[in-house]
Amino acid sequence: MIDFELSAEDKAKVEEAHNIAQTLFRPVSRYYDEHEHEEPQELIDTMWNLRGKGFLTGLGVVGALMVEELCWGDAGLYLASPGPGLGGAAVFAAGTQEQWGRFLARFNQGKPKWGAMAMTEPGAGSDTAAIQATAVHDGDYWVLNGEKIFVTMGHRALDLSEGIIVVWATVDKSAGRAGMKSFVVEAGTPGMKVEKLEKKLGIKASDTVTVTFNDCRIPFNNILGKAEVKTKTEGFKGAMATFDVTRPLVAAQALGVTRAALDMLKDELDKQGVKIRYDVPRSKQTALERDFMEMEANWRAAHLLVMRAMWQLQGGTPNALEASMAKAKAGRAATLITQRAVELMGPLGYSRKLLFEKFMRDAKINDIFEGTGQINTLVVARRVLDYTRDQLK
Amino acid sequence: MISFSPTEEQKMIVNTVKQFATDVMRKKYRECDEAGEIPADIINAAWELGLVISCIPEEHGGAGWDHSALTGALLAEELAWGDLSMAMHILAPSLAILPIVEAGTAEQKKKYLPTLCGAKFSTATAAFIEPRYNFDPTEFGTTARKSGGYTLNGEKCYVPLAADAGFILVYAGEGGSNQCFIVDKGTKGLEIGEREKNMGIKALATYELTLKNCKVPAENRLGGSAGCDCKRLANLSRVALAAMAVGVARGSFEFSRDYAKERYAFGEPIAARQAIAFMLADMAIEVDAARLLNWEAAWKLDKKEDATREACLAKMYADNMAMLVTDYGVQVMGGHGYVRDNPVELWFRNGRGFTAFTGMAIV
Ligand SMILES: Cc1cc2nc3c(=O)[nH]c(=O)nc-3n(C[C@H](O)[C@H](O)[C@H](O)COP(=O)(O)OP(=O)(O)OC[C@H]3O[C@@H](n4cnc5c(N)ncnc54)[C@H](O)[C@@H]3O)c2cc1C
Ligand SMILES: Cc1cc2nc3c(=O)[nH]c(=O)nc-3n(C[C@H](O)[C@H](O)[C@H](O)COP(=O)(O)OP(=O)(O)OC[C@H]3O[C@@H](n4cnc5c(N)ncnc54)[C@H](O)[C@@H]3O)c2cc1C
Repeated sequence: MIDFELSAEDKAKVEEAHNIAQTLFRPVSRYYDEHEHEEPQELIDTMWNLRGKGFLTGLGVVGALMVEELCWGDAGLYLASPGPGLGGAAVFAAGTQEQWGRFLARFNQGKPKWGAMAMTEPGAGSDTAAIQATAVHDGDYWVLNGEKIFVTMGHRALDLSEGIIVVWATVDKSAGRAGMKSFVVEAGTPGMKVEKLEKKLGIKASDTVTVTFNDCRIPFNNILGKAEVKTKTEGFKGAMATFDVTRPLVAAQALGVTRAALDMLKDELDKQGVKIRYDVPRSKQTALERDFMEMEANWRAAHLLVMRAMWQLQGGTPNALEASMAKAKAGRAATLITQRAVELMGPLGYSRKLLFEKFMRDAKINDIFEGTGQINTLVVARRVLDYTRDQLK
Repeated sequence: MISFSPTEEQKMIVNTVKQFATDVMRKKYRECDEAGEIPADIINAAWELGLVISCIPEEHGGAGWDHSALTGALLAEELAWGDLSMAMHILAPSLAILPIVEAGTAEQKKKYLPTLCGAKFSTATAAFIEPRYNFDPTEFGTTARKSGGYTLNGEKCYVPLAADAGFILVYAGEGGSNQCFIVDKGTKGLEIGEREKNMGIKALATYELTLKNCKVPAENRLGGSAGCDCKRLANLSRVALAAMAVGVARGSFEFSRDYAKERYAFGEPIAARQAIAFMLADMAIEVDAARLLNWEAAWKLDKKEDATREACLAKMYADNMAMLVTDYGVQVMGGHGYVRDNPVELWFRNGRGFTAFTGMAIV
């Protein structure tokens, strides 16, 4: 039965997330935006303790809704919260049970830790098949060499905690995509170094770093999936399976920021005595009402696309098409809506007194990482046309 | 529990309607558009599916099923995918049925519902929109004045099948509130104008109406002294029309997608170029986005909650989506989309209509 109602239990979880967003994230949102790279220590500790009590450890529809709530509070602080992150998602999607124990158990004990994922390189962003990092089999070890950029939470995962990073490298350049494999590297492994802390447009509370690998030796069984190179693209499928989860989740991040802008806009208009009249005809709507309704409808449509993709995932239905639909729509909606909110509020929108301008800066990343808007549109196009990547480039 | 899966029963209804749309509607829609009429055998075949009378209580001749706006949205999408004119014609009786089932008095149900449950298609209709650019569904220009019974004055347009309707529900402002009045065929002061000529929905017969001191008895006020909730009826109508917009747009998306894979230019299918492929991807995303928004509004209406915001957003979104997607459908096909040998120009003309269509379907 088509139903949009959460169970009472799930509703409580989403409310808890909203409460945390409001009381813990929002009050320090501006501060950590203006003090890039400063540690939000209190928030980290609180989030780690909550994690220990099972907060936000499940995925599915309710997981996405909780992510949306937290990003309503602050998207950068959500990313900065300790936990297995994208690296953990990759281990979970492609690892063995033994690997889950060895790499993921740490996220439920001891001090705060972070997980990171490194695919992007200076010469390979959207075109992931072009990565140059190598992994060479040497007895009981793999030897990694290469440079990874734009690694989210790499600094906190590798320098400030006993975290992990999942690194994509090729074991056989001549094999193309089939030669691409992912490897788990633990913090403190010799030969791995965090080099550069990026200064960014938004989501400043999260760190983004370059990580280099110089003859970095890791145990042979740190590879996720099989070591053999098949003629098919089996190795790469691990990354793709991770996207089925991470794309809707990143879309949920986008929607949190977007709703924050919409809610604030509504509040500010309320203060001025302006109410949105939903059922008046075009001829009587103000331009502002029309804009607001279009923004709200776009946010909600994207929200429902995300929920659908997560609902499919939790029911074990293939969702690659719908995951990319959700991500493409949410990334674009977030970009346009937050920009429009700044515009509609005039000098108040552009001012750093309020958060509109920050929402706009924070929102933009969502149309870039986890596949740019174009890349997700390309995935959707290939799927609806039933085309291979060679038939539609 | 959040779910995006229709019930087994809904799936069965959708499949039946889809089959009918494919086998019957899609075979004839172009001829009908050119001729400006729909053969009676198509309408009667659709009538036999029992779609519009299912919510009429058994004692009045129907199947006595609970009404569901969501089920209505599912079937309206499929019918509109088949053809919008036919869909509106087939569903026209529901313009009278649903308001009477939801809001009518016992006497109104008894008197009017059985007249719509014959062996063959027979219809009633509703007069909602008025012929001006600033028509406002929250404040009808047509008025009802209490004078023993009620005296109706005003003009209406886009009234489907008005000439054949046994009675017409006329929406009007009565003092400060909006109400609905049952006007029997032939009532003095009710003038049915010439059949309208529009850019699209050419096969659907719609009419202008004039009400000149048209007197109806007091018992013809829908819902009697309690009246009716016009806001809810307007919202049900928004959801039905939004579902139709989704159906029309989906048709255009599917057809142009298939064409783009067959059409070669510069040595490869045009679909192999991002300029075309990205339009198709956006069409797919926007069709789904509009459908989900509308499902949520319908779901809320089924819970009998006020869904004005959701229904207005869903309708506005679907209106814009239908225009964009049906335009893209023509664009993808180039010159071949512009000629009437292909269907996309018809869907483009129909797609443009949705911003004007209000109150023309309710399911
Ligand atoms: C703050 C931040 C955090 C990040 N975190 C991570 C992380 O944790 N791990 C990680 O591995 N990466 C991460 N990234 C990298 C991110 O995934 C890439 O930036 C993104 O995939 C785009 O790659 P690129 O920047 O090299 O752009 P390019 O690939 O060079 O793209 C440039 C432009 O060309 C377009 N384009 C490229 N190919 C096509 C095509 N075939 N068709 C049409 N258009 C195309 C793109 O859409 C884009 O608009 C992060 C980036 C940022 C900015
Ligand atoms: C009413 C009418 C009058 C006309 N009059 C004349 C006339 O007097 N004389 C005459 O010679 N012609 C005439 N034409 C033809 C008209 O010029 C063509 O229809 C037009 O050039 C497009 O070609 P096509 O229809 O074959 O579309 P296609 O070339 O098949 O194009 C289909 C779609 O693919 C796109 N596309 C094609 N190639 C690419 C590419 N490389 N990259 C991205 N997108 C691409 C197009 O933009 C279009 O959206 C007329 C057409 C019409 C409809």
